[in-house]
Amino acid sequence: MEGCSKLLDLIPKDREWLLRRDKQRSHGCSEEKNLELRLGPPGGGGDEDIGSGEREDSMLSLGYFSNNNTCGAKRGFKDTVGLPAMAKESSQPCCNKVVDPSEKKKAFSPASADTAVLNSSQKKTAPASVVGWPPIRSFRKNLASSSSFKQALESQNAVPSKVSGEKPVESCQKGFFVKINMDGVPIGRKVDLAAYDSYEKLSIAVDELFRDLLAAQRDTSAGVIQNKQKGERAITGLLDGNGEYTLVYEDNEGDRVLVGDVPWHMFVSTVKRLRVLKSSELHSLCLESKQEKIPLHADYK
Amino acid sequence: MSEDRAEMSEDGGESSSPSSATKPRGCDVSGGGDYLSPSADQVLDNVLDNVLLFLTSRRDRNAASLVSKSWWRAEALTREELFIGNCYAVSPRRVTERFRRVRAVTLKGKPRFADFNLMPPNWGAHFAPWVAAMGHRYRALEKLCLKRMRVKDEDLELLARSFPCFKELVLVCCDGFGTSGLAMVASKCRQLRVLDLTEDDVIDDEVDWISCFPEGETSLESLIFDCVDCLIDFEALEQLVTRSPSLKKLRLNRYVNIGQLYRLMIQAPQLTHLGTGSFSPSEIVAQGDQEPDYVSAFAACRSLVCLSGFREITSDYLPAIYPVCANLTSLNFSYANISAEQLIPVIRHCHKLQILWVLDSVCDEGLHAVAATCKDLRELRVFPVDAREDGEAPVSDVGLLAISEGCSKLQSILYFCQRMTNAAVIAMSKNCPDIVVFRLCIMGRHQPDHITDEPMDEGFGAIVKNCKKLTRLAVSGLLTDRAFSYIGQYGKLVRTLSVAFAGNSDMGLKYVLEGCPRLQKLEIRDSPFGDSALHSGLHHYYNMRFLWMSSCKLTRQGCKEIAQRLPRLVVEVINGSEEDEMEDDFFDVLYMYRSLEGPRADAPRFVTIL
Repeated sequence: MEGCSKLLDLIPKDREWLLRRDKQRSHGCSEEKNLELRLGPPGGGGDEDIGSGEREDSMLSLGYFSNNNTCGAKRGFKDTVGLPAMAKESSQPCCNKVVDPSEKKKAFSPASADTAVLNSSQKKTAPASVVGWPPIRSFRKNLASSSSFKQALESQNAVPSKVSGEKPVESCQKGFFVKINMDGVPIGRKVDLAAYDSYEKLSIAVDELFRDLLAAQRDTSAGVIQNKQKGERAITGLLDGNGEYTLVYEDNEGDRVLVGDVPWHMFVSTVKRLRVLKSSELHSLCLESKQEKIPLHADYK
Repeated sequence: MSEDRAEMSEDGGESSSPSSATKPRGCDVSGGGDYLSPSADQVLDNVLDNVLLFLTSRRDRNAASLVSKSWWRAEALTREELFIGNCYAVSPRRVTERFRRVRAVTLKGKPRFADFNLMPPNWGAHFAPWVAAMGHRYRALEKLCLKRMRVKDEDLELLARSFPCFKELVLVCCDGFGTSGLAMVASKCRQLRVLDLTEDDVIDDEVDWISCFPEGETSLESLIFDCVDCLIDFEALEQLVTRSPSLKKLRLNRYVNIGQLYRLMIQAPQLTHLGTGSFSPSEIVAQGDQEPDYVSAFAACRSLVCLSGFREITSDYLPAIYPVCANLTSLNFSYANISAEQLIPVIRHCHKLQILWVLDSVCDEGLHAVAATCKDLRELRVFPVDAREDGEAPVSDVGLLAISEGCSKLQSILYFCQRMTNAAVIAMSKNCPDIVVFRLCIMGRHQPDHITDEPMDEGFGAIVKNCKKLTRLAVSGLLTDRAFSYIGQYGKLVRTLSVAFAGNSDMGLKYVLEGCPRLQKLEIRDSPFGDSALHSGLHHYYNMRFLWMSSCKLTRQGCKEIAQRLPRLVVEVINGSEEDEMEDDFFDVLYMYRSLEGPRADAPRFVTIL
């Protein structure tokens, strides 16, 4: 497929615009006619990510841009066979559009050079991922991240392991899953607290998570296809004590606390699991801990 | 007599009509009232039928059917197992008209690269017309295996109603159906022995399908539903297991916790294949809580040879499986984010292991341990925990080398990594000569050998050269046309080739198309191969099941020329997203395949057939 007409559009896209390539790069390409535009991060910023294959030199020797390089001395080029630094381009901010030699004119117009420079000075962002690469089916991607985080949560006293996913810092990006159980529903779910920023939103999410399950528990006849309109009631009043159910959580000290008592960010940093309890049974369970945890900022929600 | 024989071998049986299937053999159909001794024709037919019954390999049968018309007919009437590698290569009607006594059908639909979102989901591969046609003609159907087909609940319902003898349903990578459809199968297929759902995308319409199995003893031998991501009624499941004395294979989904697993295991110690569900408790268990004796539950399963699941593993419970490790031939830890330290005590016991799937969280060190113990290993798959291009690199060439040195019987490997060297790949090519499937995915695109910075050409070249039985190859990393020249030169048995972000020029693809006579399935993405390269395969495309090329350098005109030159080829150009018409020349995917039927009628708008 021809992508030449879209050369000047340097906004990163999912697809690569590849080019006919030269022979082996290692045999000095001075006679090569193909001139290629390579982009990299400014300074040495992205170089660590480029693994051990980093090149600094030969691209410049090929190029048009050898003297016009305003992007900083050290570039994370790969001196590959005519390929742009695609190996780590995903960690570079600019898209690597490789120029087709037959379109030389377009390629080396000032406009594209400027845009290139502009792009390369952007901050390094999350990797521009390519659709369907690496070739892992989506159910494997999702499961890996949630199971690794569960391990991080539950084996905090374990021997430090080499499991790569176990990084609290990264968990913010991947989601912060805590278990949540509801009275009367045998199977627990997980809720991603990173997806919310307030108690209201969490309360709505809990309602959505359990509404159907609760209705299914009530209607126990086998094989009945659940009609979403029938038999469901919204689960409300989770936070204010007025509903049939109340949301509580267990914190890092093992205490049970009513949800909503502390500022949201404090809640997120101490919560270990959530429970949806019947309000009628609340009094017998939680009174003590509630008193101990009288919040300083009672009006924070 | 001799004349008769000559005739018969060419054109024998012309007098027979399709309904001869029902006529008693050995009777002279064209004679008068009296019974005459069977003619040579019929004798041969008799013999042929009986002999052909023993012919099970479809390749042999295909060959037999080409001998003569009578052989063709006899073969068609005796073939019981159908394999259709591309559901669009032939129509349901043609199939059901030729083969009349089919008991088992395998049907495959979408191309594999569709799994990675490279084309919109509603491309096709509908099961509906097949089940409709088979429902009419194959009343005795017993087994069905579908891969990458779109199966709707209505289709499952029709299946359940149409085939009274139905025994085995295997769905792999299918979608379009939900728990309602499963409920139909469970309740209506009274002789069901096998219900295997693997990597399907099942819609949760919250129907409790497990409860839909009929009361009383079942004939279930295999129940695999680990991919069905829906809550189930555990009590119903437990009852089902209790009344299924023949159950040998049970793979649970992640909603079954370890306490529930225990209860099932003590009901079914005869299991040979077990998928353990979440393998963690439903609630955080405090110290000193009474817990079931998991170890003895595993110890009681003396026939267990295949273990999987561990979907949300709490590694504290891993030691429970020690009693079965020594007998295991297959272990799937590919959902278990465990470290080397956690793997080693387990793998140390697994001397008989032949198949191992793990996450790269076990690191090179874990792979060392595998290499040290699992001398019988045939298949290894290492999946990434973090499937990104610039992620961590817990496994590398070191692990691959270790495996190659310890597991000389290796036949199949799928290995995801961030760093690799030619040396390690070359070593594997020499240490593991039995390799049939070699799939290496270096996740960073265009990554060279991380020590020498060379392209990965030599490594893959060594694989095709030294692994003389190689039939399936997936390449990655920085590759020049040289790698493809090696493949074309040495890969004489290669049937499936997957290429991504590789090659320099049209020569790469030409080497392969001209050099690999057995090539059946070729899938290429984001590689600089253009129309000229595409043309170089004209002599071969009718021998292939399909060719997929996406984000390469093809033009619509180039593809059209192929379509014109090869009328029996269906040439589809596909838009990557579901926008309406295709603009000018631009398309994302070329998917072409041989077909007896011509352009399919069910192509969606984002597909154009040239």
